[in-house]
Amino acid sequence: MIEMQGICKTYRVRRREAGLGNAFKSLLSREYTEIPALRDMTFTVPDGQILGYIGPNGAGKSTTIKILSGILRPDSGACTVDGLVPWENRKAHVARLGVVFGQRSQLWWDVPVMESFDLLRDIYRVPAPVYRENLNRLTALLDLGDLLKTPARMLSLGQRMRCEIAAALLHGPKVLFLDEPTIGLDAVSKLKVREFILEQNRLCGTTVLLTTHDMQDIDALCSRVLLIGKGRLLLDGDTAQIRAMAGEDLSTEEAVADLYRCFGI
Amino acid sequence: MKLYLKFLSIHLRSAMTYRSSFFLSCLGQVLITTNVFLSVVFLMDRFQSIGGYTLPQLSLCYAVILAGTSLAECFARGLDAFGRILSQAQFDRIMLRPRPLLFQVLCQDMKPTMFARVLQAAVMLIWALGAGAVRWTPAKALTLALMILCGAGVFFGVFLINACVTFFTLEHIEALNIFMDGPREYGKYPFGVYGKPVLLILTFLVPLALVQHWPLQFLFDRGPAWYGLLPLAALLFLIPCGLLWRLGVRHYRSTGS
Repeated sequence: MIEMQGICKTYRVRRREAGLGNAFKSLLSREYTEIPALRDMTFTVPDGQILGYIGPNGAGKSTTIKILSGILRPDSGACTVDGLVPWENRKAHVARLGVVFGQRSQLWWDVPVMESFDLLRDIYRVPAPVYRENLNRLTALLDLGDLLKTPARMLSLGQRMRCEIAAALLHGPKVLFLDEPTIGLDAVSKLKVREFILEQNRLCGTTVLLTTHDMQDIDALCSRVLLIGKGRLLLDGDTAQIRAMAGEDLSTEEAVADLYRCFGI
Repeated sequence: MKLYLKFLSIHLRSAMTYRSSFFLSCLGQVLITTNVFLSVVFLMDRFQSIGGYTLPQLSLCYAVILAGTSLAECFARGLDAFGRILSQAQFDRIMLRPRPLLFQVLCQDMKPTMFARVLQAAVMLIWALGAGAVRWTPAKALTLALMILCGAGVFFGVFLINACVTFFTLEHIEALNIFMDGPREYGKYPFGVYGKPVLLILTFLVPLALVQHWPLQFLFDRGPAWYGLLPLAALLFLIPCGLLWRLGVRHYRSTGS
């Protein structure tokens, strides 16, 4: 169960006009702009749900994920994930959490994927039988077989993403955050990733929070969708509702742009 | 600890993937420091003694500092690379893993080629001892070991401060290298030869003199025996360093999406 109650987060960004003169000026006096990233964000996610989290760039999606995973502490508001406050019980919290950032890797670059996995086993202190079972299941479902012997830097993006997802699930987390997991993938890899997420959710009851810009991801996976813009929650509904609002086929960019426009974001 | 060794083995293996680069970089490390030491040797060739120290004594002094910095640099390399770890958002990933943060940062990067320098320091030390730098007693042997280990500790603290500053500036501040590369360069002479102000700073602010100048006085029979225990006091330096680290972690704001 994920609960967020009135979470606010503001970034202070140092401002500076372009140019050398202004660069010098900023050495002496600094101007800050306050950028509100989240304003009064409130929602709950029950166990075993696949939740889609959508909104334009800069809406606050990543900030939410970072707060929920304990990387950032919010300015105000309360938040628990399975009864733990992420930024206060960091170690206990992250031991039960899997996170995949589509744009960043958690595998060690120069060593075969299998060694990264073994290292993760030690970091998370996964008992040997549990590890073996998880590894076998993930290898079969994600079709990793030969990839395990390859150094991460030699993998294609699609192959790497499958390994990343496996890496995030080796310790059998109850909650999985996926931050743009299908970004840059080809059609076949996307389908494989989606199919796997559904399978994982069905078999293990894993709660999944998914951010994406790809409405087909949402369509294929999510039973519920949160739409956010400018740090506020704008819509909390199921996929059918979103589809009705967008008016037509959700998979077109125009429909999504229309959707954002009608919320003024 | 087991986990740390695993990381060490991974770094060692990735360093050795590029074989010729590995050996060249080992060689490079040794050449640089040999150079520094040779400058002492040539000076001594003309003047016989500097600040009242003989060549074997200075060589002992340099070996101690060299071993300390190299050990610290080998294991605390992750702190030196901390600016990169922050700006490439690797720290986010670190926070997502159920292990102590500082421990993980140390695991991020290690520099096995630094062992070449530790080896070099050992050779210099053996030569200095053979050449009669010190009249040995068991207490002096203990002091020597303390000097090297606590020296590594103080340098580790300097690295840590350096990394903490990065939390606030988000980039590596080159100026702080003064405290890292400086002592290695100037540590070839006991800090006393640089005059009183320098000695005071290095005793009370960044306590490098506590692992070098003062215990050396004991080793060379110029000071009381309790000077030999001063390296332990230098470790107090690590307390403010640790507090600063905590402050930095609280201040951390992630970057990028």
